[in-house]
Amino acid sequence: MATVELRFSAQPEHVRTARLVAAAVARRAGVGEALLDEVRLAVGEACSRAVGLHRSHGITAPVTVVLTEEEKAFSIEVGDEVPGPGSEARAAAASSDATPGGPAGPITFDSDADAEDEMGLAVISGLVDDVEVRSGVDGGVIRMSWPTKSAAAVS
Amino acid sequence: MDLSLSTRNVSGPGGDRTVVEVGGEIDVYTAPKLREQLVELVNDGSYHLVVDMEGVDFLDSTGLGVLVGGLKRVRAHEGSLRLVCNQERILKIFRITGLTKVFPIHTTVDEAVAATD
Repeated sequence: MATVELRFSAQPEHVRTARLVAAAVARRAGVGEALLDEVRLAVGEACSRAVGLHRSHGITAPVTVVLTEEEKAFSIEVGDEVPGPGSEARAAAASSDATPGGPAGPITFDSDADAEDEMGLAVISGLVDDVEVRSGVDGGVIRMSWPTKSAAAVS
Repeated sequence: MDLSLSTRNVSGPGGDRTVVEVGGEIDVYTAPKLREQLVELVNDGSYHLVVDMEGVDFLDSTGLGVLVGGLKRVRAHEGSLRLVCNQERILKIFRITGLTKVFPIHTTVDEAVAATD
């Protein structure tokens, strides 16, 4: 069961709130001080990416952040509602903001946005040891986890 | 905390340098303000920039993107963009993205202004 769940509309100004909440809950869950900067940065990257995806696809649904305190770890899942590549739903979502009457063809994305997306993922994978990126017809999820102090003491 | 920006001109051995002092958090919300500032400086003919990041509390990939964009702009005018940063938490982000090879990073503004290579 999630310890704290956050849902926010896809606006850049709310990403800071998500960072602050995630860091506060992580600290309470026993994530070491040295790792809190990583948590803050990784959550910010994942939320910025989700906000960008929602905005570029014209999705009005909120971005979700699920913070879970587990026995020996603290996990964060950042979910977007943009269908994964190759699915029909993504094609439909992408074409909704395409130029009406424009030529039908492969879906292309704004290159700057794509580059920022890549850089965000690069930062996350460089920072977090335990990270998983999933993408399905209902949207994508970035799941990250960090050990808590109790886990470090046991191992 | 919001982003704060201030600029000043300093002359160095290699000519005039514009120091951009940045404070607060550079993220997806505030990075556009930094981008505007850098674009404005280049449009006004300041091609040698020193971005002082000592007052920066938080930097994410959006901020990195803006700095890379700034570098691209000044290079188009044979200019330079140097960073001043001593904070390990910020330097780490440059290291994991390989950008330490792209930006000259100095420990003081004086050192950055004096650099001519």
